Amino acid sequence: MEKRARKTRRTPSVILAEFTSAHAVLHAAEKVHEAGYVRWDAHTPFPVHGMDKAMGLRDSRLGWIVLAFALTGLSGAFLMMHWMNGVDYPTIVGDKPAGAPGTLPSMVPILFELTILLSAFGAVLGMLGLNRLPQHHHPVFQSDRFRLASDDRFFISIEADDPKFDVDGTRTLLEGAHAHHVEVIEEEAS
Amino acid sequence: MAYWEPIRELGEEPLVQPGSRLRDVTNDIAGVSENRAPRGWWICFLIAFSFTGVFATCVAYLFYRGVGVWGNTSPVYWAWDITNFVWWVGIGHAGTLISAILFIFRQRWRTAINRFAEAMTIFAVICALIFPGIHVGRPWLLYYVFPIPNQMTLWPNFKSPLLWDVFAVGTYFTVSLLFWYTGLIPDLATLRDRSLTKWRQRIYGFFALGWRGSNRHWQNYERAYLILAAISTPLVLSVHSVVSMDFATSVIPGWHTTIFPPYFVAGAIFSGFAMVETVLLIARSVFKLQRVVMMRHLELMNKFLLLTSLLVGYAYAMEFFMAWYSGNQYEMAHFLKNRPMGPYWWAWLWMVIPNCVVPQLYWFKRCRTSIPLMFVVSILINIGMWFERFVIIVSSLNRDFLPSSWGLFRPTIIDVGTFAGTIGVFFTLFLLFMRWLPMVSMMEVKGTMPQADAHRPGASKADEEAHDPVKIVDEGPSGAGELVPEGAE
Repeated sequence: MEKRARKTRRTPSVILAEFTSAHAVLHAAEKVHEAGYVRWDAHTPFPVHGMDKAMGLRDSRLGWIVLAFALTGLSGAFLMMHWMNGVDYPTIVGDKPAGAPGTLPSMVPILFELTILLSAFGAVLGMLGLNRLPQHHHPVFQSDRFRLASDDRFFISIEADDPKFDVDGTRTLLEGAHAHHVEVIEEEAS
Repeated sequence: MAYWEPIRELGEEPLVQPGSRLRDVTNDIAGVSENRAPRGWWICFLIAFSFTGVFATCVAYLFYRGVGVWGNTSPVYWAWDITNFVWWVGIGHAGTLISAILFIFRQRWRTAINRFAEAMTIFAVICALIFPGIHVGRPWLLYYVFPIPNQMTLWPNFKSPLLWDVFAVGTYFTVSLLFWYTGLIPDLATLRDRSLTKWRQRIYGFFALGWRGSNRHWQNYERAYLILAAISTPLVLSVHSVVSMDFATSVIPGWHTTIFPPYFVAGAIFSGFAMVETVLLIARSVFKLQRVVMMRHLELMNKFLLLTSLLVGYAYAMEFFMAWYSGNQYEMAHFLKNRPMGPYWWAWLWMVIPNCVVPQLYWFKRCRTSIPLMFVVSILINIGMWFERFVIIVSSLNRDFLPSSWGLFRPTIIDVGTFAGTIGVFFTLFLLFMRWLPMVSMMEVKGTMPQADAHRPGASKADEEAHDPVKIVDEGPSGAGELVPEGAE
């Protein structure tokens, strides 16, 4: 079974180039960006300063997601407190009015806390959503050398469905950018 | 000058031992969870775990008999339970301070200690949350504090500071956990990639969420981290402010004070830094992390302790001044007589001497850089800050307006056992964390090293040496163990 599985036709899915320094990967990323690739990525053990610019990435949209969550938290907290203590079961404590606007001052702590709580969920879930994570399977993980991407090596991966992709041309480009090692990752043709 | 370079003119030293390679950082930190636990770890763990047993026994007895097994009695209805709660919450605050506030101020030395401090926050808040949970007398009715329908069709009273506290501490715990986990994701990927067995790879891989160090991911990740830091900063200031309002909104002399919110926050950060230092010193010597946790970090922490000690000392002095300046006889009787000369005068001294007097040693560089001394001082501060809460809570309650209702509080053995037990719970969780998770943020430490500067070609030559990735021992027919042939055309 195993041998037959290996004989099926395989096509390249990703070209993976390894670099030994942040400096080298940054300059290679600039070259790949200039060459006009779009479906590619850099993989680094820590965020490399200046990489977003080198890759020509637009600013993260995460802030807007967090803002939406924050406003939901704020208005949800207000509606909850006003409805519970002011409408559904008016509660008069300490001779203070039951609902808004009279109780607004005493609502401040919980308005604040729930805004923060929802913002935190917005930041984490929004980040995972924008990054399409969790995604436990990805072609780059087929490479054994890629394990070093979380240690001390820097990688650039160019995906085969990029319009400019061409195994030899892309390999030459990456080798010309002083890649330490270039490998082609294949997957079974479907 | 590059951002990672120490400012020599200010006497700064590098953040990671010069000449270290990126790989050294990975090996040092990830190695802790891969190698056999050192003997010191087992000794600490067994001690901590026995105290967890004491805790379980005391809580079981408490649930069986009721809160009468504690020393709480008229007029001191709040005693060790709330003292311990405030103490533990306060300890947690240093973690958030280090991870969020120092992050926003770009204090890059925090990288050596922030993971630690965040873990400490989470475990300390767990210990803190235990006390309000078990002190209610009927723990099965605890859900009354949440805004969910109950059989009385009542809703919680949102005007009560005690309810604000539920939301504040609950939010604090959740946000700290999210922040901690977000920080862990790239490091879990490192552990996944280094794992030598299938099980390690699966478990770490599951929690690493398929992180592949992609720059498109880093971009959102860094933004998420920044936002989490930015929202945690006001959060941490709000949490202890809200805790202090449990007291400040009442009319008890000693509690009814407008200085409480900032005073509690300063005290929280002070005690939290002391606890970070205690735990860090133990971990540093047990796991030999001198390369990453350097004397420079410890000295900076000691400077922080000195600063917060002065803030706390100022708050103590201001309480006394305001009691006298107010001209209110109850306030004066409390602050000028009962606290320093009443039945709990010794607790008052335990509060003032370790918190205000002992840290003055840190004006001297020799004291700031002596490890045995800072270990002792950090423990003294922890004790002092516990007594601060004891003084505020118990000595304010034991003598209120009418002398006929005065009384004394004496702790029982169950009080002591429960408190000592939570210390055991804390250290048990902490030791498990140190053993199985990267206790220093590898990716952040690497980001502070000269090699991280992409605008400078001279990366360390040692980093460029070829080295092979670790290989998974895999007996299966396919999968991760398969090597792609080199240079396949």
